Amino acid sequence: MTKLDAKIPKGPLAEKWTTYKANAKLVNPANRKKLDIILVGTGLAGGAAASTLGEMGYNVKAFCFQDTPRRAHSVAAQGGINASKNYKNDGDSDYRLFYDMIKGGDYRAREANVYRAAEVSANTIDQLTAQGVPFAREYGGTLDNRSFGGVQVSRTFYAKGQTGQQCLLGAYSGMMRQVSKGTVTMYPRRDVLDIVLIDGKARGVISRNLVTGEIERHSAHAVILATGGYGTVYYLSTLAVNSNASAAWAAYKKGAFFANPSFIQIHPTSIPVLNEYQAKLTLMSESLRNDGRIWVPKKKGDKRHANDIPEEERDYYLERRYPAFGNLVPRDVASRAAKERCDAGYGVGETGLAVNLDFKDAIAKQGKAAIEGKYGNLFEMYEKITGINPYTEPMRIYPAGHYTMGGLWVDYDLQTTVPGLFAIGEANFSDHGANRLGASSLMQCAGDGYFIIPYTISNYLADEIKTAKPSTDLPEFVEAEKAVIEKISKLMSVKGKQSVTSFHKRLGKILWDYSGMARNEEGLKKALTLIDELKEEFWNNVNVPGSDQELNQELERAGRVADFFEIGKLIVQDGLNRKESCGAHFREESQTEGGEAKRDDKNYSYVAAWEYQGGEKDPKLHKEPLKFEFVELKERSYK
Amino acid sequence: MKIKLQIWRQKSPKDKGQFKTYTLEDVSPEMSFLEMLDALNEKLITTGEDEPVAFEHDCREGICGCCSLYINGRPHGPAEKTTTCELHMRSFKDGSTIVIEPFRAKSFPVMRDLIVDRNAFDKIMQAGGFINIDAGSALDANTHLIKKEYADEAFNSAICIGCGACVAACKNASAMLFVSAKVSQYALLEQGKVEGKERVESMVAKMDELGFGNCTNTYACEVECPKGISVENIARLNREFINAKLS
Repeated sequence: MTKLDAKIPKGPLAEKWTTYKANAKLVNPANRKKLDIILVGTGLAGGAAASTLGEMGYNVKAFCFQDTPRRAHSVAAQGGINASKNYKNDGDSDYRLFYDMIKGGDYRAREANVYRAAEVSANTIDQLTAQGVPFAREYGGTLDNRSFGGVQVSRTFYAKGQTGQQCLLGAYSGMMRQVSKGTVTMYPRRDVLDIVLIDGKARGVISRNLVTGEIERHSAHAVILATGGYGTVYYLSTLAVNSNASAAWAAYKKGAFFANPSFIQIHPTSIPVLNEYQAKLTLMSESLRNDGRIWVPKKKGDKRHANDIPEEERDYYLERRYPAFGNLVPRDVASRAAKERCDAGYGVGETGLAVNLDFKDAIAKQGKAAIEGKYGNLFEMYEKITGINPYTEPMRIYPAGHYTMGGLWVDYDLQTTVPGLFAIGEANFSDHGANRLGASSLMQCAGDGYFIIPYTISNYLADEIKTAKPSTDLPEFVEAEKAVIEKISKLMSVKGKQSVTSFHKRLGKILWDYSGMARNEEGLKKALTLIDELKEEFWNNVNVPGSDQELNQELERAGRVADFFEIGKLIVQDGLNRKESCGAHFREESQTEGGEAKRDDKNYSYVAAWEYQGGEKDPKLHKEPLKFEFVELKERSYK
Repeated sequence: MKIKLQIWRQKSPKDKGQFKTYTLEDVSPEMSFLEMLDALNEKLITTGEDEPVAFEHDCREGICGCCSLYINGRPHGPAEKTTTCELHMRSFKDGSTIVIEPFRAKSFPVMRDLIVDRNAFDKIMQAGGFINIDAGSALDANTHLIKKEYADEAFNSAICIGCGACVAACKNASAMLFVSAKVSQYALLEQGKVEGKERVESMVAKMDELGFGNCTNTYACEVECPKGISVENIARLNREFINAKLS
């Protein structure tokens, strides 16, 4: 258990980060250029970290699988970025934001990390604005805010429905600036396939050049993973189709603990599945719930067109069940409520797996122009995909796999259990507990990258100044490279009959059915068997055409899916272990009479951190007890 | 739907490349264009008829800017203000033939099949597509008041996804729309004005150096831009450029 020291600074909650910064070790500016940092993933967290560490003078090598960092999936975040600026004078503060996140996460996050995330949030808005991010403004020229699900203040900064794109491009511009100054070197079109440890410390990576197929060794004094989440494990999710967890999984296999893998957010407002070849589910921003009302017909199996169903025959079930928060309940609550109605036979559309999101009242009250101003691009996107005009009839929506609160276990320094290996943004587990509130993902990514990792990694690197740059000829590099090549050869040599995608779809269905919005012991156990069988079939019957010495998208996919079998299994094992319901993790055995999630604080108030044991052995569970010193544990109610 | 596809196949940057014809029998109008290509690849892999077609894609919701297909002679195909991934097969008729090529421009070399290298855009950005501000030194975000209409206009320029359709659409393979959108975004905001002169000069110089052509005002870029970026940005770039040279 000694390995799980979260290293939380002593003292009152609001002073911890100040205390940390005052005592952290520093690296002299002249020494920074002698220190190399490898950064994997260049979304908002990675981009912000790359640019900031470059500004400080470190030598940063940044890797991404895309052709350019500007395409990372942070680009798709729609609704906004939270910050406790209290510009609206409506009672917001660092503490309020912290409290909302702790409560929203159903009391399964670490207090100190969450408070710090809230504390640095205001500064991220300053930084992004200074970088030229065109956030929405009021007529007086000040920044505008809107409210978002699960909270009662307006603290969300936004740029129409493209907030993620604008924040990412801000970080990307900072990164390009450092590339021009020579402090950041970009390695695009690279898959990072292993982490190299020397004397127990992370000292480099093995990557594959996706254009030439060349396997490369890169060394550094520290490695940061900013690789995002593992939501594509479901195949159909709101993530970009190439988003993957292979680098994080390689880290797990090298000794980094993986925390709370079963905590996966199912987003309530995605466009439902329309055809069998569907490659992804498109998100419709949660901000739509500010003006849209969610309903299903009161009559079971009512097949009339939505516009033909009179007002009194509509069931606005969120407003009915949760009068205080109504349509703005947190995502996990909204998702389960939609599933409940559809399972009971009230769903709409051909499949019955959809509910209505209706803007009729908002348009009548505010006018079409006002709605267009707020959500124009989302309405356009919806119409392009479905062919339905949401100005004249309700959108149809259904929950979809979205965000992974679980991730690599990190301490207060955002360092994993492997010294010198850090994880930031969605790749770590630290800030969102069992459920993430809207607009807090961009907030965490920007905070981690701009304002947290620069301090904590310097604290680590201060002791590494004397360490010479490790040679990539060391046996550890040779061994790691050999293992990577062996895995690739194995994938290439199966020469079976089925495509990688066909396996991914089947894996996704198993996980969605048994480890999705609702889980039970029997189903989870069944999923374990099914995953093992499918994995076996994959390694005997997958077909990866072409060669590994060229641009080969099937090979890229194959490696990622091979890892998804293992990640999928860990998700299920974690879900089985946690017999309580909390946040997005809903165990059917643990619910209130009203069908709400029922936590078991006595037995499960801990972070489940899993340690790899090699091969097919079951992973070892380590528990980090969650101590709540500054908030009182309550039943999470939005009624 | 039955669809005949003529697709550009090119194994590597050095390969000469050629069109090959494929047929799909049961395409659903609900499929996106890329899902149709997924179905083709699924068929090619399981039958062994050919190697799957390489094409760039990621978010599949029109925001990452990866997709770069030239469909029936138009970047991103026939639908207006639509990326390839947002295009749906309901835009095509049963029995039609669809010609698919990569974006063609000297500065975007083909890497494989339908994938091109657009690294030149990053190089232009490195030449000045940023504001010189270090983390930690920013003032409170409300220090500079910015008129809502300027902020909105800056946003309209900033939504460029860097796909390169403007270059592919232009007979001169000019990158003026891309560069002008970035220059405009910063020129419209207080925080970007400080370095306006240096920015426009160095970005334009880099664009020329990388082999992009000149703008001859055909406006094809605006027509094909999936995000509807206006050529007014080019006019603004020209004003900024002339002012920079005169000052």
